[in-house]
Order: sequence, then structure tokens, then C-alpha cells
Amino acid sequence: MSEDTPMADVTVEKEQEQEVDLEKVKLLPGSSDDGAAASFQVIDEDHTLGNALRYIIMKNPEVEFCGYSIPHPSENKLNIRIQTYGNITAVEALHQGLDNLSEMCTVVEEKFSEKIQAGNYNTVAP
Amino acid sequence: MSDTLVGIEYNRVTNTTSTDFPGHSSGDDHAWDIEKFKDTFEIDISHLTERTANFDLVHIDTSVANAFRRIMISEVPSVAAETVYVFNNTSVIQDEVLAHRIGLIPLKVDPDSLTWIDPSLDEKDRFTDENTIVLSLDVKCTKNPHPPSGSTDPKELYNNAHVYARDLKFEPQGRQIELFKNNPVVASDPDILLAKLRPGQEISLRAHCILGVGSDHAKFSPVATASYRLMPVINIIEPIKGKELTQKFQKCFPPGVIGVKDDEAYVKDSRRDTVSREVLRHPEFDGKVKLGRRRDHFIFNVESTGAMSPEEIFFKSVRVLRNKAEYLRNCPINE
Repeated sequence: MSEDTPMADVTVEKEQEQEVDLEKVKLLPGSSDDGAAASFQVIDEDHTLGNALRYIIMKNPEVEFCGYSIPHPSENKLNIRIQTYGNITAVEALHQGLDNLSEMCTVVEEKFSEKIQAGNYNTVAP
Repeated sequence: MSDTLVGIEYNRVTNTTSTDFPGHSSGDDHAWDIEKFKDTFEIDISHLTERTANFDLVHIDTSVANAFRRIMISEVPSVAAETVYVFNNTSVIQDEVLAHRIGLIPLKVDPDSLTWIDPSLDEKDRFTDENTIVLSLDVKCTKNPHPPSGSTDPKELYNNAHVYARDLKFEPQGRQIELFKNNPVVASDPDILLAKLRPGQEISLRAHCILGVGSDHAKFSPVATASYRLMPVINIIEPIKGKELTQKFQKCFPPGVIGVKDDEAYVKDSRRDTVSREVLRHPEFDGKVKLGRRRDHFIFNVESTGAMSPEEIFFKSVRVLRNKAEYLRNCPINE
């Protein structure tokens, strides 16, 4: 970054830095040297994100294996293991999975509001 | 299509797990494709009222449908009483029991109108007009000087013998006088009984209501229930004919599921079926009918507690899941 960055930009950047959680996700031991296989540990997530993310990562044709576990029910930790065929790294597969999951949610939201606006449903319970 | 059919037999279920992954079978490619998802994914709303919603999500995986259900129950924020300051309570119900009951009263407050509380602050600085709703309860039971003669009903003999959720009075703070002018905070179900009193007993307290999530305490859950079931499938393989047999067949299912036309049974509305498997217990129907469920057809039922409409709760659950994914996407991965 150049020395004469305007003050406004600096504060915006600082805010963004504060927003991301440095402790949220870490790499677990047991990754391959080429990065094709790796395990991650996510803090404060459970089956809600774990299972949906596992499903969407498994739908990536470059991924050979994906699995998740909650190592202990009283610890709020989520472990995800990803092994790819080698064309992409496990980190890339994780990021693609997260992107795919959020675009899926966007489609669900759009479809649902479409249907709400269209009406065409009962407004009394049978 | 038949690969998404879960088989339901007399004492077992078959074909229960999703196999729509690349490399699983040589036929379809199954790779994630947003355009394909846009085309195939369907939502069908069957009814939508102020408190309940019933809608179908079709061609979506269990893991995602279950994520929405779990989020609706435990991660969509809503408002409930968290701190109760008791000034006087001479009733027979103990302070902590009364406080618990007040906490569980669903309130009609838009959760978006409040901000999150900062638990790291000292208690006296924690509550502001931006993050707290104040409710007060001041009731005193007295004798009714002129009860109807011969009455033994406490409601007629005394005033304020029963304390209800509607007796909680909203006390707008600061900017809330303007903000909540048109929709003052009330209990969504005014007839919930909080306590019973007898002449001379009184309750005087103040409750601070804040934002929270269901995973912290069930009182913060915006739904009474949020559940799904899979679409039932009834497949009649061999025709079932004759008055006696069709009638018996009809009685194996809930009303309206099986119709009879020209003395032959047909499936009228399989959505109403509860999949009780009663039909599989009778030897005369052996091999004539196959039961199943669509693995990718979810019939959601959402009941709101009154703060938000059920469709808004579902919308919020979708947004929460997307925020989770986007947030994690931006987090650096520590070595």
C-alpha cells in the first residue's frame, strides 16, 4: 500500500479486518504436501452448515472425498476433510463449495419470493 | 425419477441416501450446476396464514432442507424477556418461576427493530432504547365488594384473581415512543396465564426483553414448530376391486387418500397419507401395493409464535445460511 492512502480508505479496511474472525477456521494436521488433501476445523458451527457444505463439496467433480464430523457434542467445533483428485487444492474446493452454497441460497430466496408475490395459495389453514 | 424413491416395506426402509454425486454412476453427471438447479428446484405453497405456513420444496437435498429447518428453530433471532426485576411479589408463585414464565411469553416485536446486546458491558450500561424493550407488570388482587350471590368463582369473587400475559404493559423508552407508536409491544397470545392471586397479594415487576437465538434458550425461538416430512407415494401394482376389498383398502389410509371409481381403488391424494403402513399388515393386499416417499420432496410445516410471519422466518433462515457461507468464505485459514 502506498504512503499517501487517504484516511477514509484506511478506516474502511480496518473495519473489514475486524469483521473477519481470525480464529474461525484453521487447518488441521494431516494435509498432503500438494494441498490436494486437507482437514479444516471450524469454530461455532454444527451439522447445519457441516452437512450442507459436505453435500455441495461432494458435488464438485474435482473432489474425490469430503466428510465432516462433530468431534465432541459439547465442543462447538466442526471438522471437514476434503480430498481432491489433484487439479485443485482442498482450500479451493472449500471456497468453491461455500460460493456454491451461497448462490444456492440466493436461488431459494428468489424462488420463494416469486411464489409469495404470485399469490395463488390459501390464506386459511385447512 | 425412481432413484429418489425411498422404499417403505413392512419392517424396513430402502434406498434412503442421496447418490447425486459425480462419479457415483456412469449415467448422469450430477456436478453442481446453478442453472440446472434454477430449472429443477420448485417451491409450491399450499397455505400461508398469519401464524402457519405449509409449503413444498422439491428437488433439493436433505442436507440443505434440514439446514433451513434447523436454522428456523435455533438461529433466527427473536425477542424475549431476559432479565426480570421483581419489586414485590406476595403471590404463591416464586420469583424465579414467575420470571421463567414471563420469559416464555411470545412477544409481538419486530426483531429488526432492536440491536444486539453487548454482554461484555456492565449491567447498568447494557440496556439502551436501541436494544431493550421494557415491560412492566403491576397487579394487585382485591375483593369484589358485590359478587353475584352464591358465586364460588374466584374471577367473580375477586378482582385480578388471574394474571394474564395481556397484563404486561409496554413502557417505551427514549426513541421507542416514536418508533413503536403504531405497533406497541404486546404479547402475541394475550390469554396465557402467568399467576393466580388472592385478595391482598400483589405482583410488581419490570422485565427487560432483548434479542436472542433459539440455540441459547428456547424462548428465543421464533417458531412453535418447524418441521418437514417427505412426500408419500402409493403405488397400486395390481388392481384392487370389489366393494368389500376397496372399502378395507380405503380404511387402511387416512380419509381422502384413496378414492373408488367403478368399484376399483385409486390413489386420490397421497399427500394426505401418514404412511402408517397399515395396508402392509393385511395378507389380502400382499404384493398389490408399494409404499414409498420422495427423497427430494419436502413438505414443510412452519408455525410462528407471532412475532414474525412464517414466510419471513423461512426467508431469514435462508439468509442466515447464506451469511454463514459468505462469512466463512472471507475468514482466513489459520495454519
